[in-house]
Amino acid sequence: MAKDSPNIVVVSGGLRSPSTTRLLADELSAQVSANLPNANIDMIELRELAHPIADAMLSGFPSGALAQAVESVYASDGLVVVSPTFSGSYSGLFKSFFDILERERLTDLPTLLAATGGSSRHSLMIDHALRPLFTYLGTAPVRTGVFAATQDFGGHSSAELGERIHRSVQEFTRAVTASTRDPQAFEQEVTPFTELLARGD
Amino acid sequence: MQFGIFTVGDVTTDPTTGRTPTEHERIKAQIEIAKKAEEVGLDVVAVGQHHNPPFVASAPTTTLAYIGAQTENILLSTSTTLITTTDPVRIAEDYATLQHLVDGRMDLMLGRGNTGPVYPWFGKDIRQGIELAVENYALLHKLWHEDVVNWSGQHRTALQGFTSTPRPLDGVAPFVWHGSIRSPEIAEQAAYYGDGFFANHIFWPKEHTQQLVNLYRRRFAHYGHGTQEQAIVGLGGHVFIRPNSQDAVREFRPYFDNAPVYGNGPSLEDFSQQTPLTVGSPQQVIERTLSFRDYVGDYQRQLFLVDHAGLPLKTVLEQLDLLGEEVVPVLRKEFEALRAPGVPDAPLHPRVRGVVPDDATPVNARDYWTGTRAEDSNSLSDNLA
Repeated sequence: MAKDSPNIVVVSGGLRSPSTTRLLADELSAQVSANLPNANIDMIELRELAHPIADAMLSGFPSGALAQAVESVYASDGLVVVSPTFSGSYSGLFKSFFDILERERLTDLPTLLAATGGSSRHSLMIDHALRPLFTYLGTAPVRTGVFAATQDFGGHSSAELGERIHRSVQEFTRAVTASTRDPQAFEQEVTPFTELLARGD
Repeated sequence: MQFGIFTVGDVTTDPTTGRTPTEHERIKAQIEIAKKAEEVGLDVVAVGQHHNPPFVASAPTTTLAYIGAQTENILLSTSTTLITTTDPVRIAEDYATLQHLVDGRMDLMLGRGNTGPVYPWFGKDIRQGIELAVENYALLHKLWHEDVVNWSGQHRTALQGFTSTPRPLDGVAPFVWHGSIRSPEIAEQAAYYGDGFFANHIFWPKEHTQQLVNLYRRRFAHYGHGTQEQAIVGLGGHVFIRPNSQDAVREFRPYFDNAPVYGNGPSLEDFSQQTPLTVGSPQQVIERTLSFRDYVGDYQRQLFLVDHAGLPLKTVLEQLDLLGEEVVPVLRKEFEALRAPGVPDAPLHPRVRGVVPDDATPVNARDYWTGTRAEDSNSLSDNLA
């Protein structure tokens, strides 16, 4: 039940401005757009939401611009996530954003995992840290993750980064196109009471 | 429409003085608060149930009976009675006893509780919270509506030939509200039974409340209890009032900034805008409260939280004066004028409405197995002799 114009959300978790994480997010976004010309692409910059994220962790609900960001993730047909590598893993802010989300709303969401880091020695962070998180959240991460070390932005390894981006975006595009996820399904759901009662039998 | 107060019974340090009330002071304060609520003309006082510090509210029916003995008119309720971890047989017995003691002047609100370890402390599994609420209430409902109960379920030992005593006063079970912050299953449960639905409302954006109340109304009609407009809805509210708005904000801010639920988070201003919290003049509280009707429709019960976050008793009693003298009388009049025809009041026990049944002659319970009654024992021993 692929849509003609899928909603794609890109979450960029870089803390500085300008940020290499955002640079990678922009490149992924451009490639996705080239593959899915009718897609609506929404870029969420977590730095701008840092304070509301801390508030939401304390109050239990997102508000304002954060609430809009959360809703756009729920309503999306595909998710691209990009985190910097901090202490060998995703950043705390990045994790906090996903802690606020209700995982029931992310079921089967095609997801492209990407990260930046100071050195390619952190590249397994995608499979050791990001992938388990997004599996727990019930999303459907595509096979190829994209890790960009600082040195990948120039020189001979930049072509390899381009190749990884291409491969990952191809997988992501196919996943979004083939997805049967219905973002509205959650809201329509009411379990009839007789069914709730019967669970005890 | 009913107006009242609800409390969770927290023991919290007053951030302006650093003083923490003792448990004894806090328990006694709840009684003073309830008596004051009656004195200023409020309709309902509801106490909580918790089983962990910093709360003192572990025995709601004991507290309510004590309040009931010292008051005449105010309706006693809970906020909430833990249906998940309390044995439904004890709920049936305790609340039926309370109902007799206060001549029907009570109801109760069921909730699941949100403190994780309470479940294992009472031998339950938090992952089964909804299932426990569903099964336990199904049993409670049966215990109050059927004289002799045979029952088996997943979460409690089975019952054979069990009669919960005392039977509800005049055969009318206490009215039940199902309280929830955001669980559609609980709205569905309230609708299925035609019971009341109470949306906690406070501390959360109004959208949660709106969605759940709409769901409850729709399903209430679906199950044939009446129209959507006839469903019985209650809401929480969260206020701090001073005659002058700036004084209210200045005085409440340190309590807000350090409150257990939201302290150190959003600003008072943001939280007031994002949730139903209203800190200001009586007029501001009146306007905000009237606006609740815009998104839930005509409703039957409005309870305010006024005694948390370490506010001293003296301040809480002043809040009640302002509520009773300046806020609630206006709200009563305004809500009454706005209310659509055919919208019912929240159910009250017939005795509270002044109806004592003609056939209130005692029906003596017979032992299910032997067919004997307590008063048969003399003649029985005579026969044996």
